[in-house]
Amino acid sequence: MVLSARLRKAVALAGRYPVLAGADLDLLPGEILVVRGPNGAGKTSLLRVLAGLLPLVAGEAEVLGLDPTADARALRPLVGLLGHHGGLYDDLTAEQNVRFAAKAARTGEESAKSALLRLGLGGRLAQAPAGKLSAGQRRRLALACLLAKRPALWLLDEPHAGLDAEHRALLDELLAEVAGAGSSVVMASHEEAATAELASRVVSMAGGTVRNGLLPPASTSGAASPPASASGAASPPASASRAASPLAGVEEVQVVA
Amino acid sequence: MWRDAALVAGKDLRIEGRAKVSLNQVGPFALVVLLLFGFAFDQDRPLLVQAAPGLFWVAVLFSGILAVQRSFSVESSDGAIDSLRLSRLEPAGIFLGKVAAVAAQLVVLEALLAVGVVVLFHSRLGGAGLLATSAALSTAGVAGAGVAYGALCIGLRARETLLPLLLAPVLAPVVLSATEAWRSALGLSSGDGWRWLALLGCFAAIYLAGGSVGFGALMEEA
Amino acid sequence: MPQAPAARLSRTRRTPSRLSRALGWAAALALALNVWWGLWLSPPAPSGNSAPPGVVEGQFVRMLYVHPAVATMCYVGFGICALGSIAWLWPRTRSPRWDRLAVAGAEVGAVFCAATLVTGSIWGRASWGVWWTWDARLTLTAILFALSLGYLALRRAVENPHSRSVLSSVVALLMALTVIVDHYATDWFVTLHQGETLFKPDPSVYGWQLATMIVSFVAFGLLGAWLIVHRYRLEELEERYGSLAFYSAVVARRSEGSSLQAGLGEPAGAVGFPRLEGGPSGAVPTRAVAGGEVPEAADIVEPAGLAGPAAGPAAGGNGQQRVGMP
Repeated sequence: MVLSARLRKAVALAGRYPVLAGADLDLLPGEILVVRGPNGAGKTSLLRVLAGLLPLVAGEAEVLGLDPTADARALRPLVGLLGHHGGLYDDLTAEQNVRFAAKAARTGEESAKSALLRLGLGGRLAQAPAGKLSAGQRRRLALACLLAKRPALWLLDEPHAGLDAEHRALLDELLAEVAGAGSSVVMASHEEAATAELASRVVSMAGGTVRNGLLPPASTSGAASPPASASGAASPPASASRAASPLAGVEEVQVVA
Repeated sequence: MWRDAALVAGKDLRIEGRAKVSLNQVGPFALVVLLLFGFAFDQDRPLLVQAAPGLFWVAVLFSGILAVQRSFSVESSDGAIDSLRLSRLEPAGIFLGKVAAVAAQLVVLEALLAVGVVVLFHSRLGGAGLLATSAALSTAGVAGAGVAYGALCIGLRARETLLPLLLAPVLAPVVLSATEAWRSALGLSSGDGWRWLALLGCFAAIYLAGGSVGFGALMEEA
Repeated sequence: MPQAPAARLSRTRRTPSRLSRALGWAAALALALNVWWGLWLSPPAPSGNSAPPGVVEGQFVRMLYVHPAVATMCYVGFGICALGSIAWLWPRTRSPRWDRLAVAGAEVGAVFCAATLVTGSIWGRASWGVWWTWDARLTLTAILFALSLGYLALRRAVENPHSRSVLSSVVALLMALTVIVDHYATDWFVTLHQGETLFKPDPSVYGWQLATMIVSFVAFGLLGAWLIVHRYRLEELEERYGSLAFYSAVVARRSEGSSLQAGLGEPAGAVGFPRLEGGPSGAVPTRAVAGGEVPEAADIVEPAGLAGPAAGPAAGGNGQQRVGMP
């Protein structure tokens, strides 16, 4: 069984401060993992480690079959990260931003166009400079840039922040679709209600470590193959959650129907 | 790599075209610098004519520092550096693209400043071949060193003050050589200006090559 | 790529050592000799009409016993910085030793560079009557000084030790290339341009003057070596204290979540850090982590130069003092 990501006792530094102090995590393909935790717990650092942007000083990690510390250059094009900042160019239009992202990821113009439309940024909005868009629209634009890249692993830091109800639903739909197609999603979020239905698994972080990050061996062997069809609900998460429920200390398990 | 460079250069120039910072801010600043030089020399005409090439290149140096800072503030304002790292763009390509964009802006500024020097300092232009080639090589050197050091400073606190401190002594020989070349081109000195081109070429080569190779590492540490 | 602080030993506790003491005494002795010979024993240069043109006259020839040695040490210091940077950048030989050597060389070189400029300026005043002249070599030395200040400012501006090493090595290399090109260029151009004022030492230095000059080279060489040894050790000490704090910081970080972790907590030792030898230290957190062992302070060498938050947060038992990244 191939895990999307695997961290064992990962320690990472920001300057001289250990933002991750021994994190353990397993991630299956097609899973939507929600990471909760107080401010300062290390959620953003976890995402950056998975993206290959933050090297580890101790512990092991494997993301999409690559070592994020040693093979960062190979790993990074395969992941998409939505951080607190959107990574947008304020002076370019929405369309130009997404086109640049698509070209930089070598995924072609078509994916740029479709990404814009999928996030509801077609028409007049596409020609507006990114600096003039509202916060929610910028968030969606950043997501569009992410989508245009077609990554195998989505790493989202508070993606629902700033989005209204209609666009939250849009995002949830998009993520479910993406996960159904085999990509994994890791989402750091404070919002219980918004993510309750979406998540296939929830973990929490505190003090630079992850609680319940590991999957019991039974579930990892039970999920035989990564789901390739968009029709079925993600079966690995379902079996993972079923297997995980007898675990002591697991607060809640969400199943994506 | 060249495709990536073209993409990044296009993006930077498109941003500049929209925001027009170089045109609206850096250009006038450079002209004001020339004016200040004029005041400082108390409008002493023969002296200004003699000093014009040096003053020109010092003004270009200042403008270059500003242009480089602008080039990188575009990236850091919304965390676009992370997006660049996560893309398939080759770091050397990103470097060359940024160098090309900064160099293009500098060329426009130099043309503007040349007009300013002619008007304000009553210089007479001549020796166009030497003027143009030395200007081209110096611009390449200034842009190359600028983008390399700019990437270095991008993640640091106090980067606005650190960049000029690092860049100015490094570019001092470029300014010196360019000045000498121009002085000989304008007939203000008796030396052979073409020899200075070799030195300028050296610097341009060092910084373009070194920057391309090292840009990946510099981007990482930002 | 940053490495975790490895276990094992540096015996360094203070910067002096047998080597540095030997160097220090030798340097002091040589300097004293230099002063004695320079100021008293050696004769002043001929002055008046018999003096060759362009040569320092009279008492000022005594500058000969300071300036060339100091200038040479300046270049030696920067050369060490450049070589250390190259050695650090080369993956096969990468080791924190080279980075420490580089910064030691740069700082000592900067000091000697300032001394070169001052002594050169004094000498220039003596021989040409001006404090400064746009001589090629003087200008180059001034640029070199500015470059070194930039390098040192850069080192202070970067917090992450690994980034600091990478960035400063790259900058040191670029600066070394610039200086080499400048040096050859000035030599080249000086030979082309007649009429440039050139500083040439009196070619007819002999006898006591030559001997004293040699002594001065030895003296300043020893002084420079002594300074570099101390600076190197200082850097090593800073890194060592940094890695001590690293382990404390990790423990403190984990304990931020200890209330949530109760029942599921792992011993700190199980995180995979080497068991550290015990040793006396005050900078160790004393609060117990659920089921965990608190690492004792230990001697650590080859660390990644990490200095966690000061023992304050750890000892104070409040992991939230430092604003970490979420």
